[in-house]
Amino acid sequence: MTIVDIGLPRRLIEFTVDGEQITVPEGATILSACKDIPTLCYGDTLEPANACRVCMVEVEGSRTLVPSCSRKVEPGMVVRTDTERTRHSRRMVLELLGSATDLSTTPRVSEWMAEVGADPSRFGPDAATVSQPALVDNPLYVRDYSKCILCYKCVDACGDQWQNSFAIAVAGRGFDAHISTEFSAPLPDSACVYCGNCIEVCPTGALSFRREFDKRADGTWDESAQTATTTVCTFCGVGCNLTLHVQDNEIVKVTSPHDSTVTHGNLCIKGRFGWQHVQNT
Amino acid sequence: MGRRKREPYVRLTQPLVRDSGVLRPASWDEALDRAAEGFRRNVEAGGPNAFGMFSCARATNEMNYVAQKFARAVIGTNNVDSCNRTCHAPSVAGLAKVFGSGGGTSSYQEIEDADLIVLWGSNAREAHPIFFQHVLKAVHRGARLYVVDPRQTSTAKWAHRWLRLTVGTDIPLANAIAREIIHSGLANRSFIERGTEGFEEYAASVEEWTLPVAEQVTGVPADLIRELAHAYARADRAQMSWTLGITEHHNGTDNVLSLINLSLLTGQVGRYGAGLNPLRGQNNVQGGGDMGAIPDRLPGFQDVEDPEARAAFDAAWGSQIPPYKGWNLTQMLEAMERGDMTTVYVIGENPAQSEADCEHTIKRMSNLDHVVVQDIFLTKTAQLAHVVLPATAAWCETDGTFTNSERRVQRVRKAVAPPDGARDDIELLCELARRLGHDWRYDSAEQVWDEMRALSPMHRGMSYARLADLGGIQWPCPSEESLEPTYLHARLWEADPVRRGRPAPFSVLRHSPPVDELSAEFPLRLTTGRRLDSYNTGVQSGGFSSPLRRGETLDLCPEDALDLGVVEDELVQVSSRRGAVVAPVRIDEGLRPGLAFMTFHFPDEVDVNQITIEATDPVAGTAEYKAAAIRVDKLPAVR
Repeated sequence: MTIVDIGLPRRLIEFTVDGEQITVPEGATILSACKDIPTLCYGDTLEPANACRVCMVEVEGSRTLVPSCSRKVEPGMVVRTDTERTRHSRRMVLELLGSATDLSTTPRVSEWMAEVGADPSRFGPDAATVSQPALVDNPLYVRDYSKCILCYKCVDACGDQWQNSFAIAVAGRGFDAHISTEFSAPLPDSACVYCGNCIEVCPTGALSFRREFDKRADGTWDESAQTATTTVCTFCGVGCNLTLHVQDNEIVKVTSPHDSTVTHGNLCIKGRFGWQHVQNT
Repeated sequence: MGRRKREPYVRLTQPLVRDSGVLRPASWDEALDRAAEGFRRNVEAGGPNAFGMFSCARATNEMNYVAQKFARAVIGTNNVDSCNRTCHAPSVAGLAKVFGSGGGTSSYQEIEDADLIVLWGSNAREAHPIFFQHVLKAVHRGARLYVVDPRQTSTAKWAHRWLRLTVGTDIPLANAIAREIIHSGLANRSFIERGTEGFEEYAASVEEWTLPVAEQVTGVPADLIRELAHAYARADRAQMSWTLGITEHHNGTDNVLSLINLSLLTGQVGRYGAGLNPLRGQNNVQGGGDMGAIPDRLPGFQDVEDPEARAAFDAAWGSQIPPYKGWNLTQMLEAMERGDMTTVYVIGENPAQSEADCEHTIKRMSNLDHVVVQDIFLTKTAQLAHVVLPATAAWCETDGTFTNSERRVQRVRKAVAPPDGARDDIELLCELARRLGHDWRYDSAEQVWDEMRALSPMHRGMSYARLADLGGIQWPCPSEESLEPTYLHARLWEADPVRRGRPAPFSVLRHSPPVDELSAEFPLRLTTGRRLDSYNTGVQSGGFSSPLRRGETLDLCPEDALDLGVVEDELVQVSSRRGAVVAPVRIDEGLRPGLAFMTFHFPDEVDVNQITIEATDPVAGTAEYKAAAIRVDKLPAVR
């Protein structure tokens, strides 16, 4: 008997974005149908978390703004992505995030702040922050929670959406909410299996390879000097795609293409971290 | 025999040659001249079959193509094989026997879309973690997962049902499942009549395996056997996947056939979502075989005994390929012992540590007149060589392709420059070919690939451009204009007998328990496997620092540890009929009394393959790594 529903072909539906008619497959979200709406918590391999509120847009007839990352397109829907209301909302959200969190390694965020005139410093020097020392408790990767915006992507990647290791979850309430292992144990004493799939989805650099962390600390991390080349892992026969980030002929980081049908951006410890042997000269 | 902590291997950057018994640095010209001269000398003295090629299941398809071409066109022998022999050769042999081609039948997406998944002798959670993510996708969508394994592995912990069978009783279990399916009227009559042959004999042969008999032999409760039989037969789309728990036995090919039988009985093959999938252990073990780096097949899995196939290659290569199968790796090792094989060319393999009963392998290799090893490290095997050629790491220092477990050919790209002094494998093969009178030159991996796909119909439609655009292509792909379905053997369901082709035969199989019998002296069953953060002989995975790594341990269940009077971390002696090693004890609740477990990831510290048995599968030549008889002794107290 059939248990698993493998679905039927999807219809196409039409809607309007900023005055333009667009056709998308049924089930598509507003974000996926539009180009370049800013977002931090949306992950192309994850279910929408609806956490960051950076991607809010106006939908005609809706009392409130809607998160474009999770709101599905309906036939005839009229969407506006760039109005005074969306800009005001985005400005406020980016200011709040920027005042509490270190966004210095978050790609594109300064561009978005400039676009809407966000000024995180306007809450004054005494505004609460999540500033704290980075956790360096293993040789493979670092958790710097002063950069964490609580988007939950790492929790989802570690949990039932991909890795199913459940090594981390959200602990605490309100402003004290934070990502933690069980009983705040160091990673080597946790359920972590070092797949690094949390690093793959982290939007702010709160989670990073130890190599990247060290190179940033000593000022030698230079993304403009890096190449990214996609090849295939050799540690078993599954055939995971690896993108090797190379600086000065040294592998400094490994990611996996999110559109790979083999990995969907996920790797195991060997694929993510097991390259050192080729560099032992 | 103490435990040594090994420093990570460092890259080879200078050719080495052996003088007066010692390896010394040499120039490239000297090393290559000497390598070629040794091959010529031995082939002149002993004929082409004095030569053996150990090709590399981890190198690119392109390298494997050129390596087998070297053996066949330059030397004139089919003696070419790779470490697929130590793992999945039985899967290839079994699938090829029944279906005519030796690949897994489904795609990973079909795993996600299956209603029922059986993982038999597979700890995919640790050995194939990203494949297991596809399995878990299916589980979260409602699919049922059955795991058949002697150990309660981290994979078994995810199963809806775990069938804990006794090591080496896979055929009784499969036959009992078959009998239950037949007797419950759940056999797929229309598929059996249409797409198979030999059903009556098969049905008669499984008749003895009633549920109570099977329970007694396999240790799996009759209820569970019945449940799996009914679930597998009734599922709309069932996937059967296996790993080395099936193949690394003295009758590995029979084990594979016993699982294939179940798919034929129920029609769980040749349709979207239903299939048979061996999970391959090396990145390109599928591709190495596809490229003809095996003794009985030419590139494109074409039979070396087929005169038409040979003629096409002879015309393209200007060669005279011998019209008979070469020796496989196991037979080559035997030929070395007899003195029939006197020279080998080892590319990226480490048989001195990866073969079962490896002391024996080292002795045999020491018999050889001329050993050339091409590798990125000075492995144990390279230390036995007469000439060592420093190579590049295929996956990040060369261009080419690999073929994965779902038959997907994917592009491999050069991301870093190799260390100074290391040279590309294909370039080295050409250097040697030129020294032996064949003017080979390839400007790029793509040129090799295009030569290969002109000769291999199943790869013909896979241009590099297309592979890049489509994120890889599954074989077969005969045309650049189209793509085939993601699953194989749909022909078996065709109504027209001509389109259906050769029916898939059922196989009559006998139970044959492990060769290494348990006795009063060796009362424990040792089985081997992988751990998440390590890989094979550890030469490469030892290069990074893993917080999970514990080193080698002897895993015992709490009851056995208590009986032996040993505790966690205590060093003990582990002996078999072939040798002994010392290892620390680890307690694993997932084992049961009488069953012990070790990896083989740390051979420089604890050489587990000194105690494994070399009893090999007669069809495929794979050794019974999964079932040795051992005893465990406390070490004398040290004052």
